[in-house]
Amino acid sequence: MSPLIEQPATKSLLAETALTEQLSTAPSATTDGANATTDHIAPDIKKVTRRSLLQALGLSGAGLVLFSPLHAMAQSPASHNQIAQSSSADQDFDLGVFVSIAKNDEVRIVNHRAEMGQGIMTSVPQIIADELGASWPKVTVVQAQGDPKYGSQATGGSASIRQHFNDHRQMGAIARTMLEQAAASVWQVSVSDVSTKNHQVIHRKTQKALSFGELAELAAQLPVPDKGAVALKDPKDFTLIGRDVKLAGQEAIIKGEAVYAQDIQLPNMLIASIERPPVVGAKVKSFNADATKKVKGVIAVIPLKDRPLPVNVKPVSGVAVLATNTWAAHEGRKQLTVEWDTSNARVNQNAQHHTEQYLKELVEKVNHKGRRVRTEGNTDSHVYNEANTVEATYTIPYHHHMSMETPSATAVVKDNVCTVWTGTQNPQWAKKLIAEELGIDPQAVTVNMTLMGGAFGRKGKNDFTVEAVELAKAVGRPVKVVWTREDDVKHGFYHSISANYCKAEINKDRADHWVQRVAYPPIGAIFDLNAKSPSNSALSLGFADIPFELEHLSCETQDVETHVRVGWFRAVANINNAFALGSFVDELAVKAKVPTHTMWLNLLGKDRIINPAKEGFKEWDNYGHKKQEYALDSRRMKKIIQLLMKQSKADSPTAKNEGWGMSYAHSFNSYVAAATKVRVVDDKLTVLEMHTAIDCGVAVTPDRVKSQMEGAMIMGLSTALMSEITVKDGVVEQSNFHDYPSARINQCPSLFVHILDSDAAPGGVGEPGFPPILPSITNAIFHASGKRIRNLPVNKVLSV
Amino acid sequence: MLKLTLNGQKVALDVDPNMPLLYALRDIQQLTGTKFGCGAGLCGACTVHLDGESIRSCITPISVVEGKAVTTIEGLGVASDELHPVQQAWLENSVPQCGYCQAGQMMSAAALLAKNTNPSDEEINNHMQGNICRCGTYPRIKKAIKQAGVMIQDVNQAKPATGKKGVQA
Ligand code: FES
Ligand code: FES
Repeated sequence: MSPLIEQPATKSLLAETALTEQLSTAPSATTDGANATTDHIAPDIKKVTRRSLLQALGLSGAGLVLFSPLHAMAQSPASHNQIAQSSSADQDFDLGVFVSIAKNDEVRIVNHRAEMGQGIMTSVPQIIADELGASWPKVTVVQAQGDPKYGSQATGGSASIRQHFNDHRQMGAIARTMLEQAAASVWQVSVSDVSTKNHQVIHRKTQKALSFGELAELAAQLPVPDKGAVALKDPKDFTLIGRDVKLAGQEAIIKGEAVYAQDIQLPNMLIASIERPPVVGAKVKSFNADATKKVKGVIAVIPLKDRPLPVNVKPVSGVAVLATNTWAAHEGRKQLTVEWDTSNARVNQNAQHHTEQYLKELVEKVNHKGRRVRTEGNTDSHVYNEANTVEATYTIPYHHHMSMETPSATAVVKDNVCTVWTGTQNPQWAKKLIAEELGIDPQAVTVNMTLMGGAFGRKGKNDFTVEAVELAKAVGRPVKVVWTREDDVKHGFYHSISANYCKAEINKDRADHWVQRVAYPPIGAIFDLNAKSPSNSALSLGFADIPFELEHLSCETQDVETHVRVGWFRAVANINNAFALGSFVDELAVKAKVPTHTMWLNLLGKDRIINPAKEGFKEWDNYGHKKQEYALDSRRMKKIIQLLMKQSKADSPTAKNEGWGMSYAHSFNSYVAAATKVRVVDDKLTVLEMHTAIDCGVAVTPDRVKSQMEGAMIMGLSTALMSEITVKDGVVEQSNFHDYPSARINQCPSLFVHILDSDAAPGGVGEPGFPPILPSITNAIFHASGKRIRNLPVNKVLSV
Repeated sequence: MLKLTLNGQKVALDVDPNMPLLYALRDIQQLTGTKFGCGAGLCGACTVHLDGESIRSCITPISVVEGKAVTTIEGLGVASDELHPVQQAWLENSVPQCGYCQAGQMMSAAALLAKNTNPSDEEINNHMQGNICRCGTYPRIKKAIKQAGVMIQDVNQAKPATGKKGVQA
């Protein structure tokens, strides 16, 4: 049997011994930057007594499983109903955790992270299965619910593997060790004489073998070894890590059977379509639902409760139309009239937000001295030689995630017990918010994680999940909230509009006396109205951690007010920082008359470990990693640039009107270089070819690394060339794919991905591919046409 | 009562004739493989076949399909436990990332290949540009379409003597 998402576990498959991971994590609501979603919690592994479990299961004598499994995630609409009905009974068994082995040899491995297209439901079980010595076709992947016992499930910050690789390996190694101990005791030999391979423990001398299934019962009776005491495999013995295994969940997708948040169907369920305030913070003053109530299928019209600023990640209030089907809910809403109250002083300021004006202010700000966050040497007293100096300001508009599936969640609230099905990147945060919302114990909240039809950071916020809970409680029936595309575009958590300023003086074939400034509405402002500048972790996203060998450097920020909901978007502030830095290095290279990659190599300087904390940026936060294995290494930077140049041949001559552009960025502990080739004729841009080279350390599932790089290139095309969110009078002007376009197949050039073979500690994958793409495109445009594009999107200047 | 053939079965639906086919499929028939992406004919996530042609179910009132044959992703396979060549090629190339757009992509691709088993890059681009994939699976979609085209040619060649039709989209 191939790995696939399982139907709900039946009693006979449940466990007798538990391997539990504990933590106390609720995402910090006040942290800015990517690390807010990358808590690193070491698992505390322990065993639940066999007898108590067997009793709980009514399985006395029949329990044959090593570690406790969990509920499986339901995969068909029918089984969602089953789960809903059986959830309270199942809770008794829900003791624990990652690995279970059945007498029939089936190994079940839990994926505790959220799947949004990155392939994590393959990669996590793949790591555990490798250390366990399991045969992949005998592995069944089980999707976890949201529960603190799994450790961090906050799926963001490209953290799933880079923060948990060793934890996952230890899980597998502990289970393997117990199987080996069991086999050694059967054969009366030393544990050191046995090894595990392909779902069997083997006595090396005699070649006797026992299968996992045969050993499970015995192994279950052994004490769980300490995680520090189990030996991890030598990476050269990996059988699954670094190989392309059959991906979990693909079959269900291609058959149309995979269940996303919008696919949940429950008996007696109502669908809610919500009219939300056009300006952030506005309240419902009054509404008229007379015509709405006449629409066939509409059952109720319910005003949501007022939510004061700061918006946090909570709902934004509004008026909900609840109907027996989606169409009736949307039609009913069209008949609704709502009057909004924007009299609150802050809301009134929001109502005057104008991106055109605001961007001018940001540009103005970064062209003046700001608050210093990193200083080396002295840039103040330097007299710049104008002929050798480059000075430039780069801007990026607000961006929206535009995941194919709009936000959706379904909730049932009854007798102070709540069950939700939601497409969320952060199920434990959902659990916490729901418990607060209802004033109940988090234990009484069950969060089922569905697949997400894309997320890109948007679905780390659970405003839509809480909406479903609020309405289900109000109406006393199951409620599914479905956002229209217009809702999604107009009420997003946008990537911040930004301005970056750079200035440096060329000195031979490199540069120094470097000044850079950045200004944008910080994510912290959605939690704290007084937050006006990026947090230290946000400044560590490709800005104040600039890796160049410079004698004189000043990194500065400016304070700004925030007027819309801003939030984490794939790579976060690395997007604007890498666009500015990648463009600026290209401008320096042009000025110095050297190839762009040469300027990068020169600026990176000698081989060294770079520690910004010791070079003027004390608050440097290396994506949450203190470990030496994640040190910033200039050798790896140079090596990936060289690999890119070798593979793409981006330094070869081009035809007239054609040009190559390249760039580089480090983010989430991975090193990525990108090259793009374009043609520009009569102000018409054609992107011909794109390359990405990545050093992400160990690539656990190489094909999914490749697919993430492909996706990042396509998203980079959309972002650089044609999409932008603009705001007028506090209202988002775009609404759907016609005015917030996404690249289509006819705009997709040939894509090439080059993965560096590496056994370094694994870095991030979902986000790092994205930041260097934007400047690689605009640099290519310059080299093809002489047009320097410093303000995105490109389609303001060229037709795309 | 509106009557139509849905994945080979005759069905009768008691719904407002103005309801778009998409919601009738998802909410009434509980066939949730067909997805909502934009509701405005812009993204292709809701693509199904109407008498073999690909249409956007989000902007097609159910009254329009009365008496006609609708095929959704759930009915694309020739037999219930057999995958359509498009689905096989999609699987072999590990096309899906999040997978949400893929039912629409495969329905569009199957309609293209039913007419032309050897489409050029340009023909693929023209036919498929109504289907957005925000995850960026386009290079694999192109590859999988070509592969599926070859598979369909092979099947059709293997069966000419019987006079039976080969694989149909
Ligand atoms: S949902 Fe029908 S085209 Fe987008
Ligand atoms: S696979 Fe996610 S939108 Fe296409």
